[in-house]
Amino acid sequence: MSLNVSNLTVHHGAICAVNQVSLAVPTGKLAAIIGANGAGKTTLLRALSGLNKPTSGVVNWMGQTITAEKPEKLVRMGISHVSEGKSVIPELTVRENLELGAIWRKNGKEMKESLDQVITIFPRLGERISQRSDTLSGGERQMLAIGRAIMSKPKLLLLDEPSLGLAPLVVEQIFQTIRDLTTQMRLTVVLVEQNAMGALKIADLGIVLNLGKVVAVDHAQALIQDPAVRAAYLGY
Amino acid sequence: MQLLNTLLIGITAGSIYALMAIAFVLVWRSTRVVNFAQAGMALLSTYFGYEAVSRLGSFWIALPVAMIGGALFAALVELVLMRLLVKHASSGPIAGVAPIIATLGLLGVIRSVISMIWGGQDLRIVAPISNNGFTINGSTLVFSPLKLLVLVVVVVLLILLSILFQKTNLGLALRASAHAPEIARLSGVRVDSVRTLGWALAGAAGAVAGLFQTVNGNGNFSPDSIDFSLLLVSGFIAAVIGGLDSLLGAVLGGLFLGISISFVLMYISSGLFFIAPFVILLIVLFVRPQGIIGVKAGRRA
Repeated sequence: MSLNVSNLTVHHGAICAVNQVSLAVPTGKLAAIIGANGAGKTTLLRALSGLNKPTSGVVNWMGQTITAEKPEKLVRMGISHVSEGKSVIPELTVRENLELGAIWRKNGKEMKESLDQVITIFPRLGERISQRSDTLSGGERQMLAIGRAIMSKPKLLLLDEPSLGLAPLVVEQIFQTIRDLTTQMRLTVVLVEQNAMGALKIADLGIVLNLGKVVAVDHAQALIQDPAVRAAYLGY
Repeated sequence: MQLLNTLLIGITAGSIYALMAIAFVLVWRSTRVVNFAQAGMALLSTYFGYEAVSRLGSFWIALPVAMIGGALFAALVELVLMRLLVKHASSGPIAGVAPIIATLGLLGVIRSVISMIWGGQDLRIVAPISNNGFTINGSTLVFSPLKLLVLVVVVVLLILLSILFQKTNLGLALRASAHAPEIARLSGVRVDSVRTLGWALAGAAGAVAGLFQTVNGNGNFSPDSIDFSLLLVSGFIAAVIGGLDSLLGAVLGGLFLGISISFVLMYISSGLFFIAPFVILLIVLFVRPQGIIGVKAGRRA
């Protein structure tokens, strides 16, 4: 197991947003975390990348305890987080946003290689490389946000609602890309999604979160078949 | 000829305001604090420069000494005072204004400490070259070799600063941290260190502004120097005119303010020198509240 979370609890002030969550994601697998608004999905993901400090519990990554490490350190250990809402910096160009992802690597050649790799994955970004990123469409911005994370050479990719606010056709593309990246780059991925069906379709395993607690863990395909999950999260 | 003269004086003064405005903008961008102690820091740096001149005899050594001294002092203020303050006053109605009020307090403290160390009397830094105006076709301008020098040094510093910001990884880290600290951290930028660096750069820019404000005036300065109050007011107003968030805006704001004041003093009344910046600020705020660069409100990440 490359990512192991045990009994993780995270508070927002007095509110307990994540309550005694335990989960494990094997290397190279894509885990989808689904659940309603306010289920604690985003908070859980932010605790994994160091943006939120857990109250208690342990996060273990590749045999090392990383609970409450800072994000700027975790990215150096191979953990990249794409936060909610097309996380790009509008004031910077596409190239600058991408270079930002590799800024800690201090190796010009590696940066160039990663840049070429990202442009191969997302040719659209190559076409718009010198544009300010606020001129991009919603889908392109999400590609840029994922591209920036790839520039950090991650082994664990944390994705928060990549489908948010995108047209259905674009959502399908983004999900397919995430699946392809997982397989091709042997990434371990934790994908947080409101779009439960879309996420479970591409995931290896599914985790259902409700009011800060894990209420179901199973193979993604099995969850899609599960009548309770269908009724509550898939809408039929 | 008088027109050209007025313009050149305005550009020179404006370039000094621009440096001061840059100091305000750098601090604002890195920590969202309006640093009213900036004038105190510039004054302290000028005393550092004075010590260097009197010991080593050269203005050209004094300039980097003042810059490094100013940078270190500003970094210290951010590391010790600002971080503590943000930690201790992080909630309640005071949280937003506490750091700004603290900078006002710091301004007073710096001036008092300077008085204790150097005394309250006027000290003097002699300009490295003549401040007697150029003579063209028999008529003497107010624009002088010294003013030309000030202008050239400021332009060189601005070019270096823009290379730093646009072409280096450090500049990318500074910009990313200013616009979106969370994304910067997720990309591996040590945002806390970058903030300190922002203050240090501001300290260095303010130091140059302080030294040049002094030699571009009569060379005298003291803890209660009116030149530094003017520098504080003009630098802050220039930064606001430029939108407070933009380095280019700070430069344009400084030049705009310098030239406008120069024309007001020359063609309306020379008694207006303390009122003119405020009137110009009010006019700009009425006409273009977003500043002359025109960054739209509500787009800040």
